[in-house]
Amino acid sequence: MKAAAFDYTRPRDLPGLLRQLSGSTDAKIIAGGQSLVPMMAMRLVRPALLVDINDVQDLQNITLEDDCVAIGACTRQADAEASEVIRQHLPLLAKALPFVGHDQTRNRGTVGGSLAHADPSAEIVLVAVTLQAELTLARADGERSAATDDFLDGPMTTTLEEDECLTAIRFPRWTEAGRVGVGFHEVSPRAGDFAVVAAAAQLLLDDDGVCRRAAVAVANTTPMPLRLAAVENALVGAAIDQNTARDAAALAGALIDPPSDLHASAAGRRHMARTLIERAILDAAGPAVAGGQTHG
Amino acid sequence: MAERNIRLRVNGATSEGIAEPRVTLLDFLRDTLRLTGTHMGCEHGICGACTVMFDGAPVRSCLIFAVQAEGHDITTVEGLADEAGELSVLQDCFWETHALQCGYCTPGMLIAAQALLHRNNDPDDDEIRDAISGNLCRCTGYGQIVEAIRLAADRLNQRTNPGDRP
Amino acid sequence: MSGPDQPYRYVSRHRRTKEDRRFIAGQGRYVADINLPDMKHVALVASPHASARILSIDADTALALDGVHAVLTGAQLQAATESIQHGVPAPNIRWYPLAHEAVCYAGEWVAAVVADSRHIAEDAAELVAVRYEERPAVVDPEEAFEAADRLVHPDHGSNILFHRKFVWGAVEDDFAAADNSLSFRVKWGRNSTVPIETFGVVAQWQPGDGLLDIWASIQMPKYSDQIAESLRLAGNQVRVHQDVDVGGSYGVKRGLKHAILAGYLARELGFPVRLIEDRLDNMSGGDAHGPDRIFDMEVAFNGDGTITSMKIRALDDCGAYPGRAPLQLGKPVGSIVGPYRIGSVAYEAISVCTNKTAQVAVRGFGQAPTNFAIETAVDKVARFLDLDRIELRRRNFIRADEFPYTIPSGTAYDSGDYHTVQQKVADLIDYEGLIVRRDAIRDRGGLAGIGISACLEPGGGNAAFEPLFNPSNDTTTWMESCTVKVDRLGDVTVLICTSTAGQGHQTLAATVVGEVLHIDPAEIRVVHSDSLSSLPGNSPVASRMAIMLGGAAHRAAETVRDRLITIAAHSLNRPEATLVYADKSVHAADDPSTGLDWQALVRICHRQYHLMPPGMEPGLQASHTLQVPNGGVMPTEDGRVQMYPCFSFEAHIPLLEIDRGTGKVRIHDYAIAHDCGTVISPSIVKGMLLGGIAHGIGAALYEKFEYDATGQHLTGTFMDYLLPSAHEIPEIKMAEHCTPSPLTTLGQKGAGEAGYMGSAAAIASAVNDALLPIGLEVSALPVKLGILSDLLKDHT
Repeated sequence: MKAAAFDYTRPRDLPGLLRQLSGSTDAKIIAGGQSLVPMMAMRLVRPALLVDINDVQDLQNITLEDDCVAIGACTRQADAEASEVIRQHLPLLAKALPFVGHDQTRNRGTVGGSLAHADPSAEIVLVAVTLQAELTLARADGERSAATDDFLDGPMTTTLEEDECLTAIRFPRWTEAGRVGVGFHEVSPRAGDFAVVAAAAQLLLDDDGVCRRAAVAVANTTPMPLRLAAVENALVGAAIDQNTARDAAALAGALIDPPSDLHASAAGRRHMARTLIERAILDAAGPAVAGGQTHG
Repeated sequence: MAERNIRLRVNGATSEGIAEPRVTLLDFLRDTLRLTGTHMGCEHGICGACTVMFDGAPVRSCLIFAVQAEGHDITTVEGLADEAGELSVLQDCFWETHALQCGYCTPGMLIAAQALLHRNNDPDDDEIRDAISGNLCRCTGYGQIVEAIRLAADRLNQRTNPGDRP
Repeated sequence: MSGPDQPYRYVSRHRRTKEDRRFIAGQGRYVADINLPDMKHVALVASPHASARILSIDADTALALDGVHAVLTGAQLQAATESIQHGVPAPNIRWYPLAHEAVCYAGEWVAAVVADSRHIAEDAAELVAVRYEERPAVVDPEEAFEAADRLVHPDHGSNILFHRKFVWGAVEDDFAAADNSLSFRVKWGRNSTVPIETFGVVAQWQPGDGLLDIWASIQMPKYSDQIAESLRLAGNQVRVHQDVDVGGSYGVKRGLKHAILAGYLARELGFPVRLIEDRLDNMSGGDAHGPDRIFDMEVAFNGDGTITSMKIRALDDCGAYPGRAPLQLGKPVGSIVGPYRIGSVAYEAISVCTNKTAQVAVRGFGQAPTNFAIETAVDKVARFLDLDRIELRRRNFIRADEFPYTIPSGTAYDSGDYHTVQQKVADLIDYEGLIVRRDAIRDRGGLAGIGISACLEPGGGNAAFEPLFNPSNDTTTWMESCTVKVDRLGDVTVLICTSTAGQGHQTLAATVVGEVLHIDPAEIRVVHSDSLSSLPGNSPVASRMAIMLGGAAHRAAETVRDRLITIAAHSLNRPEATLVYADKSVHAADDPSTGLDWQALVRICHRQYHLMPPGMEPGLQASHTLQVPNGGVMPTEDGRVQMYPCFSFEAHIPLLEIDRGTGKVRIHDYAIAHDCGTVISPSIVKGMLLGGIAHGIGAALYEKFEYDATGQHLTGTFMDYLLPSAHEIPEIKMAEHCTPSPLTTLGQKGAGEAGYMGSAAAIASAVNDALLPIGLEVSALPVKLGILSDLLKDHT
């Protein structure tokens, strides 16, 4: 399983990187390579030029901003997992990262790489959809912003242009008054595998435990991860308990159209989705509520 | 496409060789540098037999092109022992508990386990299993591997009573 | 697993495994590590279709690529070689390393490219243009069995590779007389033991010697012979190097087509040729899939729980070419009633071909699937009678005082104490307490189940099922050899005649020889002879090496020891009966100061012929070739046969939970009690047991080669064929018991398939126990996540 031949360049800085991209019609960026290299080994992807961005220091950073946490696209998943800033200010991402592959994959894989690869099962993609991350896309003559939903164009497809590079991802922080709780659940055949179904929830709760804001999304029940508006609406204004969580999760059924594949049938995925959404909501609502829950 | 000279540090020494960009770090280590201790199991990043240290962190060498490793620090199983021929504590523990049979996954397993002990020299069983979860073994069922890592942690912490384990 | 009150110095005592030392230092010598000057690399062109005629192969563009030396097609190869042998009569199924005229499965190799590097070979393989005419594929084994059209091999006349019904005892009478009977179907899904190292071979032809050297990741008997036969060489023109380290095999590394292909190319092209499967080659084209079996079972039993008779119909989907795979229906004949006193059995064994990857011998050679079917029957009888599943088994186990026990199919079980082993595992896991734990999970609304399985591991091997499946193949020889030599310096070297894939044969042989000669095994060198310098052997299959290599090494060492006593008797002018061998010297039993020490004895052997007994050969060495105990008798006409000689036994009890909301399984606890007679190397046996359990968990919950209706293989990478990691395999509690075999040198039995024999059955038993309260059941393995989530979706 040897890749087809390619030319290789490793630019030292962002301008150099963008120049390379604008100068080639068949270039592919390699960051962590954890998704790209297997595809190259199987000759499913065969770029003429491989542009290695791992030396571009500008793309590796985690910065706390007023209303978001800005993560450079080439930031290692392992560094994000170890980041105190992310732990404190992006608890949902912090909760999701341990599910991403294994130690070895997170030591190379990058936050931006996962988004650019756009696998519908990917945990980081699900979190980006849930929090509606803003993506910065740069090219030689400038840069633009894109919302996650506009960036993702379908399974394994994005609206990234040939000469563009994803440079930063801004995950919004919820800075309003109240307590932010998060929940992240996934089912995979083995630990570390891509999710068969995954659910993410972030809730803002006031002092009385009433939900003031909700973001709930599920992966692998629609072509790309989906925010579940009906579920969120059912939670806002409610005190979350087992019943509200269960009833809200049931509303997801009308919004999803899961695929059938080797790993689960459509009906099986529906069943998993309800379960995981309910559990994610309960986790986000807080330990006092989630404590009575039984799951294996 | 053209071959190029690649220079990197392997097991503490500067190494170089010539390879096309498409040659993986795994193939470069094995075929160009003749360090055959690191093994190939799947070439698509799942089995972990190819695990090496890259700047001190365990990675899958089948998913890195050798050119990407230029200028970086690689440790393979051949570099785990302190001196030529002397086994590390972890290696000796693998021998003591028979944490291998065919030996094919073993180099990658040792790297993953060594990395764990570097960042946490007293892991509990869940942490041990998690650290080696990216390394597949078909011979041992993992039991004696977990025992070896526990034993290594005991020795590194000078603990004689297993009851004192975390 | 060893104790101070053992009667042995080295046997059964903890010691470090010799082989481990080089592996932990990264100094293993696997086939991919071999680098010969001028060596070329092979890449394969594989068929994308499950069934098709090959219309044309155009290799011009591929050959024009720089660094490409040859593109070989099936037409050339088939003209120059003999087809690969089958274990069943199938003369019209011609099997070659490369397809010619027709492809029979998706992934079958159609052409081989030889180039300066694997990279270039793959570049060229892409450029080989093959035109196909697709044909309908037959994928379902029951359809294949019935089909008169859609034949995988039209010249064979049907898709049936083997079909025989055996009836041992008065089955119909016993069914008529029984209080009850049950019938059901279970399926063992297509999986395999999938080693982390793929198969590889390096071949080099030496024209000056007329010799083909083969280095391969091999575990199979008669490898060099079959290569020679296919390549039309004499048996002594092929030399297989058996000192190549094999990265796991568990039965599957047979590599005949690989070696024939590489050997042919090496001879034709004049340089060494290397063929290492990549993972894609291996999963689809390596012909290393395992049993894929439908069992239709009927069991007759009385109200008191006694099982009186059983009917088994086993239909196995062999894939496109038989090879030896259909024989995996035959091995279970030798333990067809499991550990139970079932008086009569009917066994209908059917092997069919379909347009899928071919099957190969997998660990246990068909025993694990059969154990699963039998244990499912036993569980169902227990449920029907509302009896505890362990209690039901106890009522049916062969009793400890009944051995040797001959089962209806003619095989005698050597020794055992199933009741005690079953009790040991129940005590180890606190069975009553486990039930309480299970019920507590259920009270919380969870799905929890306890699994029970009690299974045999036949060991030792025997050629006797060959004639069962191919009457013209009247063979009963099944042997292993060992040579022990003491050199002039007094150091001991042991020569073994097989390759090793992690089973620790060097340690096994050294421990046995050390035991006999009172020499520390660490001081004994064990080497793997190549096939030309080896005495006969049959490789580490059939859980045989402790018995056979252990036996041959034991006998050879005894001959050396006895020779030393004879030499000392001559030298001391005393009767042999008055002398004792101990601690590397021979002395008078009544006067320890009178004797000869090791160096003195070695000196006589190697240098002082004038002091040797008359007529004795100089030097100090002995060989022994051991025939399998109880082997050497042909089957009877109704298919009764003494199969393997020795029977290890294992009893499993897992506790698992199924997440109602997702279908995910979690194993909470797992205990096993195991009896393999005398344990020679405790660490090695423990490793076999734990590794075997892991294989069984994989087969029960995760692993399956999936095909679609057109014969496309859907699980050709590790992304879709899921091998269990350290997260999926729990900590295992172990207890041991020892009922020595009366047939072996130290009472040892086999342990190479330990754990695997009963773990899938135990997991299936636990899953069904968990689903019982909600009225659900599974009857096919693996019970994957998708199966359970589907079953549970209406049961929140």
